[in-house]
Amino acid sequence: MSPMSWWDHLIVLPVVLPLVAGALLIPVNQKHHRLKFGCAALVSVLLWVMAVALLLMVDGEYWPKGIGVYLAANWAAPFGIALMVDRLAALMLVLTATIALAVLVFSAQRWGRVGVHFHSLFLFLLMGLNGAFLTNDLFNLFVFFEVMLAASYGLVLHGYNLNRIRAGMQYIAVNLVASFMFLIGVALIYAATGTLNIPDLATRVPVLRPEDSYLLGIGASVLALAFLTKGAMWPLGFWLPSTYASACPPVAAILVVMTKVGVYAVLRVWLAVFGDSAGALAGFGLVALTVGGMATLVFGTLGMLASQDGARMAGYGAIISSGTLLAVIGQSGSAVLAAGLYYLVGATLAMSAFMLLLELTERIRPPGASLLAVTMEAFAIDDKPEDPVGVVIPGTLAILGLSFVGCALVISGMPPLSGFVAKFSLFHALLDSSPPGSGGVTPTTWLLIALIVLAGLASIIALMRLGVRTFWASAAVTPPSLLASEVAPVTTLVVLCVVLTIHAGTAFDYLNRTVDGLKRVGDYSERVLGQSPVTRAAAAGGSR
Amino acid sequence: MEIVFAIAVGVTFGSGIWLILRPRTFQLITGLLLMSYAVNLFIFGMGRLWVDRPPITPNASIDPLQFADPLPQGLVLTAIVIGFATTALYLVMMIGARGLTGSDHVDGEEPRK
Repeated sequence: MSPMSWWDHLIVLPVVLPLVAGALLIPVNQKHHRLKFGCAALVSVLLWVMAVALLLMVDGEYWPKGIGVYLAANWAAPFGIALMVDRLAALMLVLTATIALAVLVFSAQRWGRVGVHFHSLFLFLLMGLNGAFLTNDLFNLFVFFEVMLAASYGLVLHGYNLNRIRAGMQYIAVNLVASFMFLIGVALIYAATGTLNIPDLATRVPVLRPEDSYLLGIGASVLALAFLTKGAMWPLGFWLPSTYASACPPVAAILVVMTKVGVYAVLRVWLAVFGDSAGALAGFGLVALTVGGMATLVFGTLGMLASQDGARMAGYGAIISSGTLLAVIGQSGSAVLAAGLYYLVGATLAMSAFMLLLELTERIRPPGASLLAVTMEAFAIDDKPEDPVGVVIPGTLAILGLSFVGCALVISGMPPLSGFVAKFSLFHALLDSSPPGSGGVTPTTWLLIALIVLAGLASIIALMRLGVRTFWASAAVTPPSLLASEVAPVTTLVVLCVVLTIHAGTAFDYLNRTVDGLKRVGDYSERVLGQSPVTRAAAAGGSR
Repeated sequence: MEIVFAIAVGVTFGSGIWLILRPRTFQLITGLLLMSYAVNLFIFGMGRLWVDRPPITPNASIDPLQFADPLPQGLVLTAIVIGFATTALYLVMMIGARGLTGSDHVDGEEPRK
């Protein structure tokens, strides 16, 4: 084993850096918000650079088999906590850092100032997210979930008003109960297998005694309840729309990433522990995921059509994307995973951009116009345009409109943007992956495809209605005054979606490598369990 | 001993579930507390129940069967701290909601009669 180089510490930095910076910012008075913002922005930029560096290192096989392992406090793997970065974790780190940077810039002028400790809480949230992506131990995952949740409780309440308090009460209560589920699940898994290290679990599961595998099954199901509450699977996701709608826009945008953590955790644990090599327990609970995912899709579709207000619509959009992912993972496991991950990246970027955009479009309409628009639609009153035809669209409105169109296209999966590419490849993989000998495509697969198409249709109807009402229908459109620091993050995120479409080939190459790596469960056990702690002599010699 | 332990955990957790389904925030937080006690006991029990066996070994050359499993105890300690902190956070939130809405209903308003 080569001595540990300084580069290996890069794995733990995405956790340590926001923790230290966030803690240092707490005693700084809110009067110095420019300084606070500067520090937070610097840390976010550093996090982004580190995430990209990790991605390049992992993909460039800097570590053997593309898996970097960091033994926290130098304890060997099943006993201590091992942090691990592979292609999937690196991808999620980059996604989080990108959105975090956009959100932070967006909140610089206004939202960062409406309450205290916004930047500290934001950094702690990033620490929790990064930790949850990097950790390789179930109990440590719980700890990072709690860090992330505790920060998000504070952020949901940021800019304290009645709506936020009401939504926050329910959000916190639901998540506290979900945390208890998490603990029960972890305890049961420990009781059944005697370990909480994920690769170690993967090696022990195939040789479990039958009575222990029952216990493991129960434990994994309870654990899945906790993950899926975060991932907003029906019927565990009722908290989501009202929380998103009442949280302030930058917070809602970063919460979009938090729903994906639930999906990520399911992926991580299920692929490793209940993969093809798990013997009797292979593919455990996937049917439940499919059914639950489909129910989530239906729920999201109906909610999307029923909601009047943009933030709620975005919440249901997040539910639809979670449902799609869960259902396709349940249906075909790792076969559709590359397409699913591509969908996840595109949908997350677009949804975050949409959350930020909504706040800007709200400023177009004078107060009261929204009520008028709803009434006019309900009573089918024709809007008599009093303005002359051919009004010049001011620049700000053009930017807002184009961003809106971009988001809508990605969210609903219409060509030509990444949403379409993602859905097309999802369908392709679903139709392709029907089990051999079953005589073609199963009815469930057809049903799933129909539901995804319907959800896309519902999204486009709902978003079109919102767009028409916002940009065209109200006669009293006043071009809003926008700050460059508010427009830039939104347009950057939308442009990233476009880039993702243009470079779909490159993205899919990377994702295929990711999925190949995830399938080789043995590699994880070998790398993580085989990582030897640094000895005193190696530490003296290796500290270059 | 196992039966008594199981019943105690079950009754505590069950009472907690009943309480979190009640409409007042005080009932809710009492329910959450009871549930967290039950969960902590449950984790502790998952290391199997032992009598008279220390969790820490004085040296390495002994029979591990003579000692209790220290890991669940470590887990419980962490879980207690985290549960305590999040519940305290919720308490603050509850007081804020009571002050702003003037009602201790979980919806933030009294149900219409």
